[in-house]
Order: sequence, then structure tokens, then C-alpha cells
Amino acid sequence: MSILEVRNFTKSFGDTPVLKGIDFSMEKGETLAIIGSSGSGKTTLLRCLNFLETPDTGKMYVNGDLLFDAEDKSHTSDEAIRKKRLHFGLVFQNFNLFPQYTVLENLCLAPKLLAKERPDFKAHKKEVLAEIEENAKDLLLQVGLSDKMSAYPCQLSGGQQQRVAIARALALSPDILCFDEPTSALDPELTVEVLNVLRSLAKKHLTMVVVTHEMAFASEVADRVLFMDEGVVAFDGKSELAFGADCPCARLRSFLGSIAK
Amino acid sequence: MNFLDITLDLLSGFGISCLLFCLTLLFAIPLGLLFSFCTMSKHRFIKAPAKVFVWIIRGIPLMLFIFVIYYLPGLIGGASVNIFNTIDREITVAMGASQLMWHGRFLAVLIAFVINYACYFSEIFRGGIESISKGQYEAGQVLGLTKSQIFFKVVLKQVVKRIVPSMSNEIITLVKDTALANAIAIPEIIKCAKDMASTQALIWPIFYTAAFYLLFVGGLTLLFGFVEKKLSYFRG
Repeated sequence: MSILEVRNFTKSFGDTPVLKGIDFSMEKGETLAIIGSSGSGKTTLLRCLNFLETPDTGKMYVNGDLLFDAEDKSHTSDEAIRKKRLHFGLVFQNFNLFPQYTVLENLCLAPKLLAKERPDFKAHKKEVLAEIEENAKDLLLQVGLSDKMSAYPCQLSGGQQQRVAIARALALSPDILCFDEPTSALDPELTVEVLNVLRSLAKKHLTMVVVTHEMAFASEVADRVLFMDEGVVAFDGKSELAFGADCPCARLRSFLGSIAK
Repeated sequence: MNFLDITLDLLSGFGISCLLFCLTLLFAIPLGLLFSFCTMSKHRFIKAPAKVFVWIIRGIPLMLFIFVIYYLPGLIGGASVNIFNTIDREITVAMGASQLMWHGRFLAVLIAFVINYACYFSEIFRGGIESISKGQYEAGQVLGLTKSQIFFKVVLKQVVKRIVPSMSNEIITLVKDTALANAIAIPEIIKCAKDMASTQALIWPIFYTAAFYLLFVGGLTLLFGFVEKKLSYFRG
């Protein structure tokens, strides 16, 4: 069974259609790279997965459960969406860390607030909070920032901030972690440290969707590539095939060719 | 009257000024927040009246608005008596005081101040809230926070940091605006000094009142500097 299945997503902003019927599915543990030129709808698709945009039509299944159906308005209430979006994590292009909190507090804020909603929270308050902090420290170790635990975001480099943002998303253990051009706001040398984190996550078989302009990274790390062109999926297949010389999609070949120049 | 008597007399007047100042802040800040949400509402029928209301209140002099609040309830009710004066008379009788008490009129001034300042604050709050990047809200959303959690746990402190300079301006103006209460004969500090001028032919206490304002505003300035410094640990 697919961990994620998207059927016929469409989305228009005013009279401008941005997504024109997107279908794809993902297996658990897969790393999917979404590539394509600016304005092809990559980011909009990712935002639809995270309920930051509401598709005009279409359905989405996670682990076989219907999570979103554009026909059914009961799926779009704030409270319903809040619970559902926890299947997904999202790492933003410009990090969006909370500036007034330390690195550790950034990681713990959401898990602690969510824990308070659990019926057994009062009885095990201390254990639950300690467990959340332990988990957060573990994640900081994974992204190599244990020593920055009590720093504020403004004291970190862009690459460090993005690694914190990744750890913050992981702290809620989402089924699928999405990245929206995670290295676009970074210098080349800082890009490397973020990509290394993504590599290590891919090795652990975390299910990831990465919108990226880093073709070298996509070809190396992604299991599969989704090439978007003018709001449709123009190519969906193994990354060896996508970046190979015998790629069947002419538009993808010309896109990759234009970047290589 | 010696210097000490005059100082004590003015101090009692300044106590009323300070009371008006504190109560205005206490009520105008939450009300201003409510107004700012109304002016940012997606619903036309909330947003438009709120905008018009803020325009009217900010558009008329505070002194005029004090008169409106003071006289209007009586006019609307068709009663020939002013309810605020009635309150004053009843308190005077109840306390057996020799002079007419001022609490009813103080209430009228307080209402005018609270509404007036809530409107000014609402625009400052709106500016602060709208200056927070959409990314902060979205980051909160994808982490599963509710709307109110996003506002109180993520956005509020950043807004406070950004509005401290303009709020300090407005709050310092409020200190001095309390002098307008003497328009309906509330014995705040300038009224006290004026009374001394007329009853005892003493002019200098009027100038002396400046010392009270300067000390108070000086204290506030230090306080705002402290708050700004407290919030300077993050950039946002």
C-alpha cells in the first residue's frame, strides 16, 4: 500500500491555473525529488500536501485513508485540518524558525503543546515533557547541532538554522517530510551541510518529498523524480532514468540540458 | 500655604491623573487588541464599521469626545439630568462630603479616554501584527498549532518587540492628555494648580506641575528602555 496517493489535484489562483491535474503516489521510505522550472507548480503542490493551500479538486490518501477530498467540505474545517496535517512535516526555504525561542525551545514548542491535549498528560506530565526534551536533544545530535541547543536563531548561520528547522519538523515524527527548496536561500558551502543532513535521512529511509533545484543532489539521493512542467507531471520515474542519457521525456532532457549550461 | 502644602495638594491632583492614566491603559490595551482584530477581519460587516469607527474617534479632538460622552447619555435618554453628575451628587451625599465628589465625571472621562486610546492602540497593534511574516504563521500551522497558540506563543512576543517604540510614544502622550480631564472640572493636577491661582493668587504652582509630569515621563522612559533591552536578545 502506498504511504501517499494524490489523485487529480488542481489549483488555480484567480484565472491562472497552477496545478492542472496532478497524480502520483509514494512508497514508504522513498525519497521523491520534485524538479522543474520556476512557476511549474512544484511549491504549490507541496503546499497543498501540507494544507497551506486547498486544492480546487482532487483527493489525497495517506496510508490508504482518505485525508482530503475537495468535494467534501467537512475536510476543510480548521480543527480537522490541524490534526491531518501532522502526517506531514514541512521545511521552508527561509527556515521560519521562531526567533524568540532557543534552538531547543523551537524543537519542543509544538510537541509540548500537542502533548497537553493528550488525556493522560496531567498524570505523567514530568515524564512526557522530559521525553520530549530527550527526543529533541537526540534530533539535534543527528543534525550535528548539540552544542547550539541554547542559542537563538539569530546567532546561527543559515545552514545551521535550516538544520534546526529540519530537526523541528522531525520532532513531530511526521509520516512524510516535505522540503520546499531547502537550500535556495543558502551559500554553496552552507548548502552542503544541509544536503548532508538530507542524505543521512534518506539513508534512514525516512519518507521525503524534496522540491529542489539541486540536480546533483536529486540524482544522487532521490529514489524517484517527479518533473513538473506547466502544472502537470511531465515525468515520473526512477532517478537513474530521469538523469540518464536515454530519458524518455524530451522536455525533461531539454530542462536538464538548459541547467547544465 | 507653604511649599510642602502646595506639593501635597498638587500630588493629590496628580494621583487622580495617574489613576486615569493607569485605568485607561488597563482597559484600552485589550480593547485596542479587539479593535485591531476587527479592522483586520475578513468579514466586510465587521471590518468596515470598525474602520469607520476608528476614523471617527481618531478624527475628532479628545476634548470634544469627552464632552460627547459627558452630555450624550442625558440627551439620548431625554432626561434633563446628567447621569454622571447624578452619580457625583449621590456619592457626595452618601459620603457626607462638604465638596462635590468627582467620581461620576471621572467615569465619563475614563470612557472617553479608553475608547480614544483603544483606537490609536488598535492601529499600532495592526501595524505590528501585519508586519510579522506569513512564514511564522505557516510554520506554526504545519507544526499543528491552533490559531490562538500561533498568536500567543509565536507571534505576540515578536509583535510586542516591534511596537514598543510607537507604544511608548502613545503612552507618553496619554500621560499629558490626562490634563484634558479638567475640561469637566475633575481635580487633576492642573485643575488643582489653577484653583490655587484663582483662590490664592499663586501662579508658580502651575509651572511647578511640569516637575510631576517630567518625573513620571522620565520613569516611563526608563521603563520602556528596559523593556526594549529585555527584548533585544532576539531579532525578529
